[in-house]
Order: sequence, then structure tokens, then C-alpha cells
Amino acid sequence: MRVPLSWLRDFAPFPGDAALVAATLDDLGLVVEGVEQVGEGLDDIVVARIEEVTAIEGADKIRRVVVTDGTDLVEVACGATNFAVGDLVPFAPVGAVLPGGFVIGRRKMRGMVSNGMLCSGRELKLSEDHAGLLILNDVEGAVPGSALTEALRIEPDVVFDVAVEANRPDAWCMAGVARDLAARMGLEFTVPSTSDLVTAVSGADVSAPTPAVGAPVGSLTSVVVDDRELCPRFTARVLTGVRVTDSPDWLARRLTAAGMRPINNVVDASNYVMLELGQPTHPYDLELLGGGGLLVRRAAPGEQVTTLDDVVRTLGTPGPGLGDTGQDCLICDATGSPVGIGGIMGGASSEIGPGTTRVLLEAAYFVPMAIARTSKRLTLRTEASARFERGCDPAGIDRAAERFCELLGLTAGPDLILAEGVLDVVGDVPVPLEVSVRPVRVNGLLGTDLSAAAIAELLAPLGMVSTVTGGDDDPVAVVVPTFRPDIRPLPMGEADLAEEVARTYGYARLPRRTPAWPQPGRLTAFQRERRRLKDVLCGLGASEAWTAAFVTEVDQLAAGFAPPYIEITNPLVDAERFLRSSMAPGLLRAVLYNAERRQGEVRLFEVGSVFHRLEVPTGDGPDAGQTERLSAVFCDEGDDAWSAVAAWRTIADALGLADWVLEQGPHHDPATRVLHEHRSGTLLTGGVSGEADDGRRAVLGVVGELDPTLIESYGLVGADGRPRRVGWLDLDLDVLLDPDRAARKPLESTPISRFPSSDIDLAFVVPEEVPAGSVEATLSSAGGDLLESVQLFDVYRGESLGDAARSLAFRLRFCALDRTLTDEEISSLRTACIAAVEESHRAALR
Amino acid sequence: MSAGPDIPGLVADARSAIAAAASTEEIRHVAATVSGKKSALAEASRALGAMDPEARKELGRQLHEARTEVEGLLEAKRTLIRFAELSAELAASRLDLTEYVPGTVAGPAARGHLHLVSQTRDALEDVFVGMGFDVAEGPEIETDWYNFGALNIPPAHPARGMWDTFYLDLGEPETTLLRTHTSPVQIHLMERAVLDGTLPIHSVMPGRCYRRDTPDARHLAVFHQIEGLVVDRGITFADLAGTIETFTSAYFGPDIHSRLRPAYFPFTEPSAEFEVTCAICKGEGCRTCSQTGWIELGGCGMVDPAVFASVGIDADEWTGFAFGFGIDRCAQMRHQIADMRALIENDIRFLRQF
Repeated sequence: MRVPLSWLRDFAPFPGDAALVAATLDDLGLVVEGVEQVGEGLDDIVVARIEEVTAIEGADKIRRVVVTDGTDLVEVACGATNFAVGDLVPFAPVGAVLPGGFVIGRRKMRGMVSNGMLCSGRELKLSEDHAGLLILNDVEGAVPGSALTEALRIEPDVVFDVAVEANRPDAWCMAGVARDLAARMGLEFTVPSTSDLVTAVSGADVSAPTPAVGAPVGSLTSVVVDDRELCPRFTARVLTGVRVTDSPDWLARRLTAAGMRPINNVVDASNYVMLELGQPTHPYDLELLGGGGLLVRRAAPGEQVTTLDDVVRTLGTPGPGLGDTGQDCLICDATGSPVGIGGIMGGASSEIGPGTTRVLLEAAYFVPMAIARTSKRLTLRTEASARFERGCDPAGIDRAAERFCELLGLTAGPDLILAEGVLDVVGDVPVPLEVSVRPVRVNGLLGTDLSAAAIAELLAPLGMVSTVTGGDDDPVAVVVPTFRPDIRPLPMGEADLAEEVARTYGYARLPRRTPAWPQPGRLTAFQRERRRLKDVLCGLGASEAWTAAFVTEVDQLAAGFAPPYIEITNPLVDAERFLRSSMAPGLLRAVLYNAERRQGEVRLFEVGSVFHRLEVPTGDGPDAGQTERLSAVFCDEGDDAWSAVAAWRTIADALGLADWVLEQGPHHDPATRVLHEHRSGTLLTGGVSGEADDGRRAVLGVVGELDPTLIESYGLVGADGRPRRVGWLDLDLDVLLDPDRAARKPLESTPISRFPSSDIDLAFVVPEEVPAGSVEATLSSAGGDLLESVQLFDVYRGESLGDAARSLAFRLRFCALDRTLTDEEISSLRTACIAAVEESHRAALR
Repeated sequence: MSAGPDIPGLVADARSAIAAAASTEEIRHVAATVSGKKSALAEASRALGAMDPEARKELGRQLHEARTEVEGLLEAKRTLIRFAELSAELAASRLDLTEYVPGTVAGPAARGHLHLVSQTRDALEDVFVGMGFDVAEGPEIETDWYNFGALNIPPAHPARGMWDTFYLDLGEPETTLLRTHTSPVQIHLMERAVLDGTLPIHSVMPGRCYRRDTPDARHLAVFHQIEGLVVDRGITFADLAGTIETFTSAYFGPDIHSRLRPAYFPFTEPSAEFEVTCAICKGEGCRTCSQTGWIELGGCGMVDPAVFASVGIDADEWTGFAFGFGIDRCAQMRHQIADMRALIENDIRFLRQF
């Protein structure tokens, strides 16, 4: 909201120090988002008349202009073309300083001397217009030589751009801002009478702007309110003999300064009252109202209305929004046909026009939630709806309507007559709220030590009648005026009033202390291990990415997920309307982004949420599954499935996983083609590969390579034109980081032997279909307690072994805790290991 | 009049030839034979020109059908062969992933980097853990109740306009959504603490949030927030202000301070916005802070009695404060990142800077 300082000063003698006022507003929670100086730096500018305009030889952008400043003829160069001889324009002579600090000098241009500058509206910061010079022909009192500020009656002013919080409808007007400011600065706040107001702003002594009173209003119009639930108070006043004309200059200037365009004296008076007092009003041309009166009713389901903005709106039916009742308040003429949507927007049919002579002024109170629902559903927000939906003051209606009539009295002509009385239909309107505030509670919230009297003193200037009921610790009885709907009944009201106390007292003055409590702060085991996991990935050369949570259907299908997906009802980009079920598309796209910048040799990982629709509703919370996963792509030079396998083994080691199994495919659904079916496998907890699932094994994730077709579809093609090999690791953190599901190594340490160990190397010819891991597992169990480690150290394939088998060479290290093993012991262990492998795997010692 | 070409015979021949083809090379050869320029069908088509119009029309139609059929068979076979060859290629490149020989897989040339947002989040968590907070997390898909209702924002309340919400097609319209702030985690925490009888609460809640804002230099539709909640006996606004100040100096540095000014949030009362000393000018006033010396960081306040009521906490026995701010904003401020969108581009040159 644009708030001119000069306007605020109607209500209290605020200091002229704009910085101080801005800082105080900030500290009241009326945050100043911008400060604009208006009409400043114009002291040197005078009005000049164009006397002569001639072209300059060889110059097509500027012309030589001779002006008179009332005493002398001055020659200047000018680039504008929107003027002719005889026009009045602003002139900045040599030595003048323009707003913004630009100093006008004498300049030689194209063989002539320019002795000043003719100015546009924008150069003077008076308007946005920069198309040409500011033409002053129509300005009353503008003569060559007169000061521009006098001619335009500009007084330097400051306009604050104040952000008013959504719960403070009372502060969404000049009076409301002034009330808070005066309370804080210890100044008395008063709303001036219209006579005092006009006297102050125009200098003229205006004694009685109140129009003459005529026939009873009831004889001129009628008001029926059918729906007092949506419209608990509706008032109508009638003015006759109205002359529609321009508003007084001061009023038009104030509207402009506050950001509204002056239209005519009737509409301007309505807008002025809204800006000044916060109460929207609506003037109708009474002659244009069917039946000469108004009817307020609920819209019938599906009823259509054309609003002032020429849009046909369908009303009376609930929208998809939660809590929408579809109850819309219509203002109709006396015949029942709609002339506007109550509290939101009027209709064109009864608009004030140049020929209007009879004005019906509506000033009403609408139920805030109903306005909010209607406005949201119609996506129709107006100055009025924004105020009504936050809650206007039902008790402020009369003062606003009276101010309107008095302001109109200034310009509406000698025949203006105000009909006697008011048509006032009142239902169940909010009444002042009584809240009892315990000082101990206020101090308990604020950490202060304020007495009951101090609290009362801080609340009173906000318009809250506060009575101390007893001693310092006894409650303060506070009567909350109806213009403060943000203050709720007890128990919440006590906290609301504590905030008011704090605002008037000053947040900056409130005490501070750093609290302490006996409970220690810490991360959970899950959070600590997740950090370790990310750290391991970094150690493996992978950088962490942050990819899109919203993906396309193609992404979902590519990642191997079939519909239905979780869909966003109102996506930002229509195609990207699904919540991702996999991070693969995002990561591949991130690799491509880098590849397109000749840096595609990267390893990337992401830890994040993926989503899926629950097939079986839980009945508790939304039917959506969310799991946290780690996904990594290995795309560095030479990367393939092995990079992912190596990464997994490092992770398992770093997390101290007791046992895990890599079960290799192909056992994925080939239709999805996400994983390379011969170069990927599933990671499981516990158990031994090939053994029947005993029900305790959980899926940790997958490891290996992505399918070449998928990689190609994301554009990751190597220099040879073939899809790049992309290593892939995808882990379910809910399993991996849960020690109950993915068991960790025991806490107890294993003693280290002080005796020398013995190695034996065994090479077996093993059929290709037998995984090396199975052979290793067999060796581990055959080696028994004395086996310290077993490690594959060589793989050989060659013609001598045929196509169907390869040689696997393992190193087994044996050691006892209490002795050096004898050759006999080693020899018998060797025999046992060989026998076990040969029996279990159709393998032969090489 | 000579007998026309034996069209059914030609098609039958083509069908068996196509069926016999087993490789890309073979199918190419078959294609040339059965539908190429020198094929019997092509010859027959060329012969049409010499025929009388009536016969030409009929035979032309038959030839067209025959060619369409043969082309269809060829294409289907090509696809089959392509898939078979692709599968064979995949099978030929089979690896036994347990055949892992330590030392044979190349290690990384350089360390990777944690995302700046993760680093910022970790650093913030560490500061708060040091101040006695634990760290809690919650789901990103929420119900209307947790994201709004329990936080004193009833349906159709104008305050909902403060958050542009992504709604999901789950349940009734506008009942399931992507959380617009981390505050729902507060509700989960308080509910659980009441159920388990484990009050007090001293927690921070970092996490990902979603708002339907078109991304620009200062906003992302998906972003990260950290939220704090203390519910204990005798907690006052002074504790809140002190906590914010301690955190500010601990995280941003000893010469960075905080100030609070009144604000409105439905879930706190009294509420405040908190600002910290502009790190660029150290409070002197500069362009970044619009000459104020202060940068707005987040919102905070005393837990509203209505929020306590919705989770069943007695507001006369317990008081509490909450605060929240953007993790990404912190990172942006601290590292002077001109455009927030750099955080989601995943350009490796950006990631490696931190």
C-alpha cells in the first residue's frame, strides 16, 4: 500500500524525518518496502514558453529552441518534438539540479550553445512519461517564469510502500497506519472532520461541506436483504442533484500519490474513503437501477453475472477448493436482476457516468470467509474484496459513508441534496470483544515484567479500552474494537494482545536470553549414517546433484514405472506433472547437461525422495508412498558396471554391513529395459546366494549398468556413436540404514592373531553360470574358523578352457589365535576347500 | 491374353523367405529379392503399363495389396531381428558382477563434492545440535490438515494465499498436497510427544518444500527449509530472540547479529520476522540490503494457542517457540549466488566450487 507521509499527518503531527518514520513503521510490523521522494529537487525548475523552433544544419536528432523564462530569451538544444511555438514547458536553467542529482551545464552542441534543458515528466520524476516534454498549457497559473512547484502546487512529500500483513485489515488504510504509528510515537491520534481536513489541505477555510438534507431516503429507494448470513449489515444513502465533475486537485493528487487513478468526483470520493478509512463503498446511479432499489440475495446455483470487467461469471456452485460452500452474495436491483457481486465487483449497468444525478451509496459489511471463497473461486481480486475478505469494521460504515457525502459536497454542485436518514439493515454483526488479559501470561509469553497498568497503557492508544481490575498482577479488562478482527476470544486472545503489547512496547526492547535444557542435542543414527554414505560417495569421486522432482510420463516409463503415478493437479509445466518414482531420468539429464558442455565424464549421485501410489490404502494419511533413496550414475572415463560394484562394496564396508548378497539377473522385467539385463543385479541383505529366500532378506537396491537403449534415449552417446556405458547404483535407505533390517557387524571386536598366517592359492575351472561369489561363499564356510580371509585375485578365460568356463584364482589366508598352524593342518584345510568347491559347483581344481 | 503373374504364389514365396531370414544381413538380402527393383512383384508392376485399363486396374490393386503385405512382413521381421540381435549383444557382454578382483577397478581421479545445499544443511544442523536441538524429518506429501488445518489455517482462509500450493490427485480435491513448508513436521512431533508423553521438544526440522512459484533468480518451486520448535515449561519470546541471536552469530560469524520485527503467521502469536546483519556491508548499508544494513532471513514466533489446541497440548502448562528459514537462501547469501537456479542445473563446474 502506498502511504504518503503528508496524508498520515492528517491524523497526528508526525515528524518529517522520513527515515525515522520508516524505521518505526518497520518495527511495528508495517514493513516499509520502499520509500519514494516525490516533488523533490524541483526548486530550480521554472515554466517557460516556446518562442521559436528551428532545425540545426547537419543534426536530425536535436533542434534549436528559443524559450522565454519571463524575463529573457534563452536558446537551448532539444531532442523532443511534441511541442510547438506558444506551448508552456518546464525549463531547467544552467546550474539547476534535477531530481536524482543531475546538474545542468552550459553545453556546446552542433555549433550552438545550449543554455539549459527542457524536461519530460520522467526527468522530473513527476510521471513515467518520457515520450516528450511535459506540456503545461492546461495548468492553471502556469506563466513563463513561475516556479514549476507553484504552478503544479507540488509539495515535497515522501511515499512509503507499506506491506500490510494479511491479518490487519484495519491497517490497510491511512488512518490505520497512522493509529499504530501515533501509539508508538506517543502522539494523539484523531480522524479530522471534513472541514478541518479540507482547510488543512487546501488552505481555504471550508466551514460546512455537509450537503443539505432532503426528503426521507425511504421515499427515494428501497433495500431488501434476503441473506443476512452473507451480508450482515447493508446501508444505503441517497444523494440527488449530483453534478459529476472532476475532484478537487488536492483529492486527485492524493489518490494519484496512493496509486489510484482519479476518475470523477463520485468514484474518487468512494476511493478516497476506502484509502483513508479502509471501508469500501459502492456508488450506483439510482436512475439506472431497475425498480429504483437494491436486493441482496444468495446467487442461485449456476446463475450468471457480467461484472464491470466485462466477464461473464457463473456463481452459486462450489468449486473444487476445500471448504468452498458455493455461497455467493449477489447485489441485485429491486427487480432481482444482478448488478454486482457483493463486496467484490459491481456491474456495468449501474455505473456512475457523466450524466448521473442521483447516487445511491452502498456501504456494507460482508462475511470475510464468504468473500474469500467467492474471490478465490472466481480468481477475482479487487481492492474491495481484498479488504472485505480480511474483515472490515461493521461499526466504521457510517463514518465512511458520511465522509463520502461530505467530500462529494465539495464538488457536486449547489443542488446537491442528501436524503434524510439511512436505510440500514443489520443482522448478526461482530461486536466489540472483551478479553481479560493476565499480566503473568503476557510476561510469560514475552519474557517481560510489565505491570497491569503498563499493559493497559500500551494497549489504550490502539483503540482498546483497557481497565486495570486490581493490582499489578490482576487481569486487565480489554475491550477490543470491531476494527481489530485479528484479536480472537480467549484463550487465543491473550496471545494476540501480548503481541499488541509487544508492538507498542517495541520488539527491539524485548529481553533476550539463550535457553538451556538438560536434554542433549544430536543427530539420529539414520542421519549420521546418511551423512557417512554421502561422504563415501564423494570419496568415490561422485558429486551430489539436485535433480527435478517433477517428471514426464516418458521419464516414468523409461525408469521402469508403469501408471498410475502420483499426479499434480496444478503443475507448473503441464508435461512435468508427475512426482518422480526414480532419480534415473534426472541424473541422466544432469549428465547430458554436462556432456553438452564437454564435461560429461562425471560421477553424480543424489539422495532424495521418490514417490509411488500405494495400492493398498493405509487408511492413515495419503495413499502415497515416499521412500528415501540414494541413486548414483557412474559416467567417468572407463566407468561401467564395475565402478558401481566397487562403489557398493566400499559403501557396505563403510557402513559395517554384516552380510549382503549380489544376486545377478536376468530377473528384471525385460519390457522395461531399465537395467542392462546381463550386467546388473539385485542387492539383498543376509543369506547366501542361491539359497531359498527365508523371508528375512530385504532388497537393498540394485547395482550394475543401465540398459543401452535407455541411455541412448537420454542422448548419452559416445564418440563411436554407440550408447555410453553408465554404471548405476540405487539403494533404499529405509532398508540400508536400518540396522534391524540390514544387520551391522557385531559390536564386539574380533581378536587379532599374534601368530604368523599361511596363504594357499587355489585356482578352479568354474562353469560360466556359477557366480564367483558362490565359490567364494563355499570357500568361506569350508575354511571354517581358521580362515582369516578369502579373496579372488585372478580371472582367466582362454581357448584351453572353452567358452563355457573360466578359471578363478582365490587366495585363502589361514591363521589361529593361539598357535602357528602346522603344514598338516593347512594341507587338510586345502583338501577340504577343494572338495567343497568341486562338489558344490561342478568345478575342477586347475 | 497371357496369364497374369501368380500373385498369391509370389507372396507365399516371399513369406517363407522372410521367415527363414535370421540376421540383419540376411533380411536385407531377402528384402532385395522379394520387394526390390528386380523382384518379381516389381517386374509385374512395370508390366502394368502395357495392359488395357480394365485389367490394369484390377491387377494393380492386387499387386498393391501384395506389396503392402510383403513390406509389413519385412518390417516385422526386421524388428524381431533387431531385438534378437540387441539381446544377443547384451548377453554377449554379460559380466559376473561377483567376479570382482580388488584393485582392477580404477579409482576416482578426484574427490566428489557434496551439493552446496547439503553442506549448508549439515552446517546449520551442526550449529543447532550444538545448541541442544535434535533433528527431525517428515514426509513431503502431506494432508491438508498437517500442512494447513492443524497450523490454524482452516480451508478457504485468506491466509492460504500466502502459500501457492501444489495439490495431488489423491483423495478428495485439495486434500493432499506437497508440503509448502516444513511446519507440518512440528505437528507430527507434537502429536507423537503427546501420545508418548515425551514432552518437552527441542528440534530442528530441515527438508524439501514445494511452492507453485515460477522459478526465478531468488525463488525455486522446490526448495529447502529448516524449521525449529521448542515446547517446554517457561519458554518465552526472550528465549526465541536469544536462540535466533546465538544461531546467527554461530553460523554467520561473530559480527553478524539479528533483529526481530512484528509479522503475521497464523501458527505463531506473537509473530516476528527475523533479519540478520547484511554480510556484504556488515550493516553499513549497501545495494544488497537496500541500504538498510539488514537482510530478511525467516519467520518466527511463539506457538499459537490454537496450534497447541489442535495437538492437545495445554497452553497454560507449556509454551513454545518456532522459527523457520530457507536453507537455499542461506547458501545464496553466504556464497553470493546471483541466480538461485544455479543450484538445480547440476553443472559440474558449479558443484566442484564448494
